[in-house]
Amino acid sequence: MRKVLMGNHALSYGAKLSRAQVISAYPITPQTEVIELLSQMCASGELNAKFIKVESEHSAMASLVGASAVGVRTFTASSSQGTALMHEMLHWAVGARTPVVMGNINRAFAPPWSIWTEQNDSLSQRDTGWMQVYAQNNQEVLDSVIQAYKVAESVELPAMVVLAAFVLSHTSEAIEIPAQEKVDEFLPPYEREYKLDPDDPHAFGGLTDPENYYEFRYKIQKAMEKALDRWEETGREFENIFGRRYGLVETYKADDAKNLIISSATVASTARKSVDMLRDKGEKVGLLRIRVFRPFPAKKVRKILSSVEKAVVIDRNIGFGVSGIFCQEVKAAMYNEKNNPTIFGVIAGLGGRDVTSRNIVEIYEDVMKMEKPESDIIWKGLKE
Amino acid sequence: MKIPEEEIMSSGNVACQGCGANIAMRHALKALGRNTVLTIPACCWTVIDGPFPYSSVGVPNFHTAFATAASAAAGIRAAFDMLGKNPSIVAWAGDGGTYDIGLGALSGAAERNDDMIYVCYDNEAYMNTGIQRSSSTPPGAWTTTTPVERPKQSVKKDIVSIMAAHRIPYIATASISHVEDLIAKFEKAKGIKGMRFILIICPCPPGWKYDPKLTVKLARLAVQSRVFPLLEIKNGIEWKLNREITRPKPVADYLKLQGRFKHLSEEEIAKIQRNIDKDWELLLRKITG
Repeated sequence: MRKVLMGNHALSYGAKLSRAQVISAYPITPQTEVIELLSQMCASGELNAKFIKVESEHSAMASLVGASAVGVRTFTASSSQGTALMHEMLHWAVGARTPVVMGNINRAFAPPWSIWTEQNDSLSQRDTGWMQVYAQNNQEVLDSVIQAYKVAESVELPAMVVLAAFVLSHTSEAIEIPAQEKVDEFLPPYEREYKLDPDDPHAFGGLTDPENYYEFRYKIQKAMEKALDRWEETGREFENIFGRRYGLVETYKADDAKNLIISSATVASTARKSVDMLRDKGEKVGLLRIRVFRPFPAKKVRKILSSVEKAVVIDRNIGFGVSGIFCQEVKAAMYNEKNNPTIFGVIAGLGGRDVTSRNIVEIYEDVMKMEKPESDIIWKGLKE
Repeated sequence: MKIPEEEIMSSGNVACQGCGANIAMRHALKALGRNTVLTIPACCWTVIDGPFPYSSVGVPNFHTAFATAASAAAGIRAAFDMLGKNPSIVAWAGDGGTYDIGLGALSGAAERNDDMIYVCYDNEAYMNTGIQRSSSTPPGAWTTTTPVERPKQSVKKDIVSIMAAHRIPYIATASISHVEDLIAKFEKAKGIKGMRFILIICPCPPGWKYDPKLTVKLARLAVQSRVFPLLEIKNGIEWKLNREITRPKPVADYLKLQGRFKHLSEEEIAKIQRNIDKDWELLLRKITG
């Protein structure tokens, strides 16, 4: 069935089709439509789930970690300040090995107040141990929620489906809604091995001395490594049932490319058009879209970058005092490689400023004039 | 009254000698039984339960973050509801996790009337971190952040009235010195649906600075001196006093056994007595039955 859906409702449908059993959320612009539709679905009985209307995002995540520890499927969505308020419990979800799935609508932090898109909210959570997938359109938002449960439950780590504020959250697109039977076939009910059960009482998360704590962290890293394969396998399984393929990364015209544009989310989607415009001008350029940011697909990045001369990473985010965050990750992945391209880092579109296909063409043309980056950050369109 | 003989909590855990909170858990579990799921935020009981891989409570225990006893319990409840199971869900928090950092989450769960028993074992300061003042610390008390040169100035927050204002089905106060009353209250709470709040006064030897053998005596003196009234509140409006305390012990008897009050002058003790008397008068006006 095809339906015209805004990105926020694509999240709601993703949770519904995945048969989320406990939902807990607190409203924040630009996330509210996600929870409004889910409230409606729960109230009408269309979705058989408990929806806890909590008093803060911190409580939203706390309640879901508790629910997930019992062995049910859980969902929430937040953004910006809300995700930041959750931060402590995002760590808890990882340590408790609870496969919570949440939507994060990328919105810039205050002050000054902004409701527009920027990736610093989700990227501030990069070291929590949450898996993160950055969607480029609303179909991918919905499909990624379903896949996120499958991967998260198989590695017992939580996952965040990330979409751009307004560019996706409030933009309507015609998308395919998968049939429930097919989703059920792809995603069986969640079975948790170690759970809160009065018939088999255990303590979870108690005080752990230095002789044991280290190994708990090792296991989280191992789960992340396993998740790299699981995202690829899950993408293939998903394609077999639904006909749409997703992987850790996506390339466009990259096979014969001399230079690459690297980005994520909707900026990467826009860059596809820029590649076409540049190809028309005779540039041998391709695109690398990093879809799954955690776990970081370093091997894929190395393979794709090993055959190019120059790469420009466009970040809609900033690690203050360093550079764009995707750029840091790409550079780190390439550091020990023999065929290491020159990597340029551009910051663009902070606080929701438009990044158009023409902007990306200009960015590309500007940096290709340079032999080496003049600094770790190249600003684009800065008002003096 | 017949107190269940079965010990669900294990002896020999890592509680301090004379720990009031340990006595509270032991008897609460006797009343609650094994079909119980606990969630414990940061507090003394984080440690008392036992280091990994041990646990002394004998029921599932989900350790959670400081501010989240009520919200974690709400999620655990919702999950068991979805599975069609009905264990007692018990949030077990100290006064720091209840009066201070967890109050927002507790208020949220109370307003939603989430189906749980929320227990605050009140030892009147952040004891697990080394005796820092909380909003439950009584006026005049020494703590490491309210040194004797300037002991706690403000009142002990009236958490019972705060909870009553949420109109939750059941509120009770209990003391580890009145074990039959405590068990009866847990048994009653178990049979009620919705948010139930039980506040237990739990003397703390290192925090209150007294000989560990005096724990039960101090808890009893708290009741007998009207410092800690034993009461029940139905739906936030029907207040019932369980112990009348017609001939109260002087508050000085209670204060003078505790090192945390030893800097107080007779004048200051008299002032505390006047405030206790005033609070008791106010309480009597709320009693409906």
